[in-house]
Amino acid sequence: MIDFLKTFINTIAAPEWFVSLAIVVFFVALFWEKLWTPKPALYVLGAAVAFFTVSLLDPNFRSIVTKADNVPIVAMLFLVGFFIWLSMSQAYENDRRIGRGEKPMEASEPVSKVLVWPDLVYTEFICLILFTVLLIVWSIFLKAPLEQPANPGDSPNPSKAPWYFLGLQEMLVYYDPWLAGVVFPSLIVVGLMAIPFIDKNKKGSGYYTFRERKVEITIFLFGFVILWILLIATGTFLRGPNWNFFGPYEFWDVGKLPPLVNINLSEYFWVKWLNTGLPKGWLLREAPGFIVVLLYLLTLPPLLARTLLRKYYEKLGPERYAVMVILLLSMGALPVKMYLRWLFNLKYIIAIPEYFFNI
Amino acid sequence: MDLKELLDPKKLLSYVRGTQVYKSAFRHGMPENVRNRALVVLSNVFLHLHPSRVRTSGIRLKYTWCMGGLSFFIFLVEVITGLLLMFYYRPTVEYAYVDIIDLGEQVPLGIMRELHRWGAHAMVITVWLHMLRVFMTGSYKPPREFNWVIGVLLLVLTLLLSFTGYLLPWDQLAIWAITVGSNMARATPFLGHEGPGASLLALGGVNLVHSGSDVRFALLGGRFVGAGALLRFYVLHCVAIPFVATILMSIHFWRIRKDGGISGPM
Repeated sequence: MIDFLKTFINTIAAPEWFVSLAIVVFFVALFWEKLWTPKPALYVLGAAVAFFTVSLLDPNFRSIVTKADNVPIVAMLFLVGFFIWLSMSQAYENDRRIGRGEKPMEASEPVSKVLVWPDLVYTEFICLILFTVLLIVWSIFLKAPLEQPANPGDSPNPSKAPWYFLGLQEMLVYYDPWLAGVVFPSLIVVGLMAIPFIDKNKKGSGYYTFRERKVEITIFLFGFVILWILLIATGTFLRGPNWNFFGPYEFWDVGKLPPLVNINLSEYFWVKWLNTGLPKGWLLREAPGFIVVLLYLLTLPPLLARTLLRKYYEKLGPERYAVMVILLLSMGALPVKMYLRWLFNLKYIIAIPEYFFNI
Repeated sequence: MDLKELLDPKKLLSYVRGTQVYKSAFRHGMPENVRNRALVVLSNVFLHLHPSRVRTSGIRLKYTWCMGGLSFFIFLVEVITGLLLMFYYRPTVEYAYVDIIDLGEQVPLGIMRELHRWGAHAMVITVWLHMLRVFMTGSYKPPREFNWVIGVLLLVLTLLLSFTGYLLPWDQLAIWAITVGSNMARATPFLGHEGPGASLLALGGVNLVHSGSDVRFALLGGRFVGAGALLRFYVLHCVAIPFVATILMSIHFWRIRKDGGISGPM
């Protein structure tokens, strides 16, 4: 029974199931108002803690989760869960108030202003002291990791980036370094900075609310939870030697060889569908890929402006809309490529290795 | 004033508060009434980061989570523990690793490196959660757009601080994590020698961008993570990035006040 459960969890922890499941849970949870009250949250927390504690009995799970540098990541998963619950529960509470025609909690304080001394200074002081205690206890009981001295001739397997970049390293499975390591991270930073200039919704400033900012919050949380935190968790806990996937209870076997079945779009197009060989010149060979990418980047924006995103196009105007839609399409490019890989074993849409230009 | 009065803590305190030395430092009475409580904040260079009065909703713990304050506090913890670590640590290939071992084994109360490392992890998390809070309360909306942009830059700097510090212990974990991380720079379009477009930048068949002239080389001071990279990361970690971060933090805190304090409903 236990073995069956472990095998089951190992199986659904594979990226294609794990990410799909997470996306479904994400959307169901976000719009399920009842979830964001104390009782269900406690059940979820209890289930998570129980899963975690029971799993610690498994030697493979224990060895990866209790690695000194991974302890903060486990803590982060719980913290992110808690704080998303804290913000969403207040958002739904305010939504109910707004629905009744009342003001949000933040606007209903009996006294609108208080003195910084003592009210704010003391809160800060207590927070700092509690954090200091936590940090000291943490430092006493958990030694900072120190491995063998640096040896440029002996690369460990797997070689992992620092944990906060493991989401980017996980992206390398689907995109080449120039995209996953340079272009997408730059777009994340630029995209975050662009948020206040794209979001023209005047409502929901200075209080928690969901119904007044449904689209903005959904997009942001999708990026933060699914495309950032979840990928970090995958890269940390589920990627072993050769960056192969390993379930949480699976032994990290260096010899594990997943089948190499990925093929390029050009091979799909010329070899499988047209039954001719690959053309010699890269321009003709990759023409189908270029068309697909250009369709995605150039025809989707005007198409969306007339259909799904019409409201936003009218509200934002062409310039803001263009920036927003390009950022959104770049963000969507990751899940799109993920599913192309999982469903069709697609390696590259455009593959020009001679110029390091692979998409 | 006789000795007996000095033993009474209350009288001793009021005596100290009457001295010229005390009055030269603190120019207000005890913060027991509104006037003095405002003066405490106004006349203290550290506390006057705050206004003297704030929106009640803005200081509720369930509203702010104190994450911004914690991030700043952890930055200070990192500065102090980092300074202490600098007394012992030498950023050279010969000494770096043994100095780290000595830090744990020879230095009294050897948890300074733990405080520094776990503090760094904690800071990454608190900065993310701070961003989450600011987003969820819509606090980036006008007039606070500019401060959100500064905040994103500070988030990037936090990650870079942590990344540069990761190399300094000079163990297998450090060197290979930085190798994996900096290998990305190799693929920068046009500027990395394995990036798309780099091969187009050639003069008469000679490549301008090669493994000895691309952005990765500039970052590492070499073709691989070696002595040059260790020194560069040390200087970036201890001087350059904290310097920029301090300037941006000053702007960040100043703009909170200029933009109307902690956000709240209109």
